[in-house]
Amino acid sequence: MYINPDKCVACGNCTYVCPMGAIYVDPATKRSTIDRDECVECFSCYNGLSQEHLNPTLVRGMRKIFSMMRLRFDPEPDVCPTAAFEPDKLEWPRVVRRAFSDPRVPHESTGIEGRGTEEVKTNDISGRVKVGEVGFTIEFGRPGLGTRFYEIEKMSMALAKIGVDFEKKNPVTTLMTDTKTGKIREDILNEKVLSAILEIKVAVSRVEEIINVVHQVEKQVDTVVVLGVGVKCDENGDENVVRPVLERLGYNIERAKTNAGLGRITNKEVAAK
Amino acid sequence: MTNTLHRYGNADSFRDDIIVFAICSRGKNDEGALEKLRKFLEMAIPFKPVNLGDARHGGCLRPSTDMDPTSHWNRDMTPDLDAVVKGLDAPTTVAAVFDNRTAAEEFFKAVKQADLGMSINISTDVDTAEEICLNAGTPRHSVGYSLGFEGKTELLPNSQVLELSTMCGHGMVSHSMAKKMIDWVKEGRRTPAEAATYMTRFCSCGVFNPARAARVLESSRSKTK
Repeated sequence: MYINPDKCVACGNCTYVCPMGAIYVDPATKRSTIDRDECVECFSCYNGLSQEHLNPTLVRGMRKIFSMMRLRFDPEPDVCPTAAFEPDKLEWPRVVRRAFSDPRVPHESTGIEGRGTEEVKTNDISGRVKVGEVGFTIEFGRPGLGTRFYEIEKMSMALAKIGVDFEKKNPVTTLMTDTKTGKIREDILNEKVLSAILEIKVAVSRVEEIINVVHQVEKQVDTVVVLGVGVKCDENGDENVVRPVLERLGYNIERAKTNAGLGRITNKEVAAK
Repeated sequence: MTNTLHRYGNADSFRDDIIVFAICSRGKNDEGALEKLRKFLEMAIPFKPVNLGDARHGGCLRPSTDMDPTSHWNRDMTPDLDAVVKGLDAPTTVAAVFDNRTAAEEFFKAVKQADLGMSINISTDVDTAEEICLNAGTPRHSVGYSLGFEGKTELLPNSQVLELSTMCGHGMVSHSMAKKMIDWVKEGRRTPAEAATYMTRFCSCGVFNPARAARVLESSRSKTK
């Protein structure tokens, strides 16, 4: 992302909306500036701020007069008064930042399918997680801290060491050079993203082992981690297998995403098979 | 994507935060899905959702690319639910966000009755979702638990900020923006409803809950943590 200095009036609205805190008003140039190393190309500034198209010279002049009089205009906080944000063309490997940070980016740009897969949201159709299995999503950088791939690699390599299989359709898996070791390709290791998810599926009997590994690696990474645990319920809608294990491990389960099981295969060709 | 799963708060804080969403699976039930997803959104409107979401285009409050300068004094803050329905142009995840259980439960029953064939998920506290399913005579198929935030949690802001910012699971509502809105409400510069509206516009898939945000902002007037 780029802020056009000819348009920017240093109102400062954008400094608050950046999820990474990568935008600041440079005291030397008196223009909003982006720290490119911290920017994850999420486009929150470009997509989220409403745009006015005011004359920059006029706005700067008014701001200067107000400032001299110690007066401050109280504008709407989610507006760029001069539409100063301009997306720049992203090349590899920087394009990876956007693929993992901007929820609207088409995955075709990198061949990566979004930030994660459908987990158990479509489990009633896909049957991905069966009774006796557990699907883990291990997400890094969320909320609002971001992460770099070298941090994620610490976890992927630790998990690979204990012999787990990574979800093939997951975008981080597609960036591994070797899924048996969890090694991620060298040229993206320092790329920063808003968040990224490792996905694995294991037998219920391995839940405690996986969580222990996650806890050990968490101590070595400079960001936050959040675990999602997906399971299939029994025919009565009960789930009395994994939740007790999680509670025994000290988790107080408050929130969940519940698949109600109303989906069914309707595409004619597939349904006929 | 886990965009509604990892919201910060305890079960009680989700009493006014229930999301029902529909999703199809590529190659399995995506034929004719656009019309079914549109019907899902249309069906939600009579139950008065506080937000409607289309993961490709956003929710019922969106930023403007050509804002009139006079908007600073008379900006339209009215959610446009119909625009979400009309704007849906491709199969994607669609969501209805409710601030009360009764509405969410009645809507869920209506969706079950409509038999759309899409996967329907409920995102809220785990026990409420289970009860909504049971009351509709639908045993849960699967459940995805959130285990909460771990690791370097000392880098995170306070609980009020997190309650607000994590309502956009894609992270488009920054901690700084949430903190700024808390401060503006404390200073009396904006009402909680106005401040919630600003944040809602940043959520690019329409699952941000402005009603819960307004409640959090109201309660944060006198809190420091």
